[in-house]
Amino acid sequence: MTDSGVPAHAQQPDGRAAAGLASGGTHPGAPLSGAAPPAAPAAQPVRAGASGQVIGWLLLLPAMVLLVMFTHWPALATAWHSLFSTPKGARPARFVGLENYQLMLEDDVFWQALWNNLWFALGTIPTSIAIALAMALWVNGRLAGRGFLRMAYFTPTVLPMIAVANIWLFFYTPQYGLLEQITGALGFPSHNWLGDRGTVLGATMVVAIWKEAGFFMIFYLAALQQISPTLAEAAALEGASRWQYFRRVLFPLLMPTTLFVLINALINSVRMVDHIFVMTRGGPDNASALLLYYIYQVGFSFWDSAYAAALTVVVLAILGVTAFVKFRVLDRRTHYQ
Amino acid sequence: MKSDGEVRFERAAWSRSLEWLAAWLLGLLWILPLAYAVWTAFHPSEFSTRFELGAPLTLRNFVAAWEAAPFARYFLNTFILVTMVLAAQMVLGTLAAYAFARFEFRGRDLVFMLVLLQLMVMPDVLIVENYATMNRLGLRDTILAIGLPYFASAFGIFLLRQTFKTVPRELDEAARVEGAGPLQVLLRVYVPLARPVYLAYALVSVSHHWNNFLWPLIITSSVETRPLTVGLQVFSSTDQGVDWSIITAATLMTSAPLLIGFLLFQRQFVQSFMRAGIR
Repeated sequence: MTDSGVPAHAQQPDGRAAAGLASGGTHPGAPLSGAAPPAAPAAQPVRAGASGQVIGWLLLLPAMVLLVMFTHWPALATAWHSLFSTPKGARPARFVGLENYQLMLEDDVFWQALWNNLWFALGTIPTSIAIALAMALWVNGRLAGRGFLRMAYFTPTVLPMIAVANIWLFFYTPQYGLLEQITGALGFPSHNWLGDRGTVLGATMVVAIWKEAGFFMIFYLAALQQISPTLAEAAALEGASRWQYFRRVLFPLLMPTTLFVLINALINSVRMVDHIFVMTRGGPDNASALLLYYIYQVGFSFWDSAYAAALTVVVLAILGVTAFVKFRVLDRRTHYQ
Repeated sequence: MKSDGEVRFERAAWSRSLEWLAAWLLGLLWILPLAYAVWTAFHPSEFSTRFELGAPLTLRNFVAAWEAAPFARYFLNTFILVTMVLAAQMVLGTLAAYAFARFEFRGRDLVFMLVLLQLMVMPDVLIVENYATMNRLGLRDTILAIGLPYFASAFGIFLLRQTFKTVPRELDEAARVEGAGPLQVLLRVYVPLARPVYLAYALVSVSHHWNNFLWPLIITSSVETRPLTVGLQVFSSTDQGVDWSIITAATLMTSAPLLIGFLLFQRQFVQSFMRAGIR
């Protein structure tokens, strides 16, 4: 709390936000941090006392009001409303206890969506992280044309998912789509990728990986730029091969970044459903329904807000566990100071 | 980035060229869907899946798309939306970050944890309850309702707080000695020094809200409020046998400002996303 004298560079152990901040070289903090007094012994807060209390809270107030209104309160209200029935016409909501959850346990579509989401996460997260790491290593190296490569890798990240999904929908179209043309030319039989229960989820995973890998690449790139080149030199002097250098030096050093990307990827696997709207609408036969998409369907197609609230609680629980792991386990040594 | 040390690794030259090949294959694979879309959009529909070098170029798909749906209005809506969200996030985020970075008040750490919670539990998943709130406020089907849940951004607050903390306190104190109040210090000392971070944050925020889909889909129901993403979805999902070339043209059109901005300011974009390192 009383960290007034901590020099800027001491605040960057997590190698993420702070690492990124320092990486550009144009960041104002970088040259200025040298001017900060090195850990003043009697570090007094800039504004303490009664006026500090009041001004601090006043500055915070507008943001906090909105934050509570649209994040904290709805999260709690969702849990509360999941214990009631959906009001219909003249019939108001009545307390039903855990009935909605009982319904959920017996709801095949819910289980299908949950499993789909699990497979979606398992299918997209490791692959996109591995690809992102490879991309970052290549773009950070001295490959010919790395300017083009960086652009090619990163472009999908900038585009709206909804637009991207339209392009991929056409890509997968039976008979006419580019994919069919390629497989057809190679002599494979025609296949309706999005119309087949067995392939539809895989087809949407490809889109997610394509969209996300370039985004994750950025985090690795920022971390790689923090790693001193003398490490590579030392490894070379020791006679280490490039693979050994990557395996023994780079990969462990990048571990905090990998964990950070992992958390992000987990959140995205719950949140990312835009492409489902365009490409499959959860079909065929709910084979590509993800949790958030199912919440949308229940809440805004069937207008069963109580059941949708119960489903949302499941998603919140998943995110809560993720948050707990992040704050308690991963950030034990990375205090946000 | 490059080093002498790495040069010594070059004895494995063949593995390097193999890597180079892999990198380029991946790059081409990654750009392929977009290249395909560009081809389809700029050629007459009979060439949408026939790749001939002599195929005539045309802009008619774009004209047709523009005339088939109120895209001008959608563009305006999206523009209003991203501007409004960015302005609100900047102001609210700056004030809150300043409080967290430089003020001592009771409950600060607890409140900060509450703010960080939004990094995990985003308004994106609280659609049911937020829809009810907007209904109660009478804001359903307004552009304000699309943006309001995002006005206070934990990410922005966190990012600016980290930046403000690197500002030397001497500058702060010097300004105060000259008689500047808290807000004047903020505007004169902190905000100017954080300019690159503001730029980085702006790029991330604009591209995020330009692309946002689910919440706007739920909360809007008319042409006057729909942003581009929802407009595009409404346009392309009407099962009236709309030409693929026209849909692809519309798709590219809606992404064009971001795409062009990205290609022109590629370096800044990538660096912004790097700087904005954590979400």
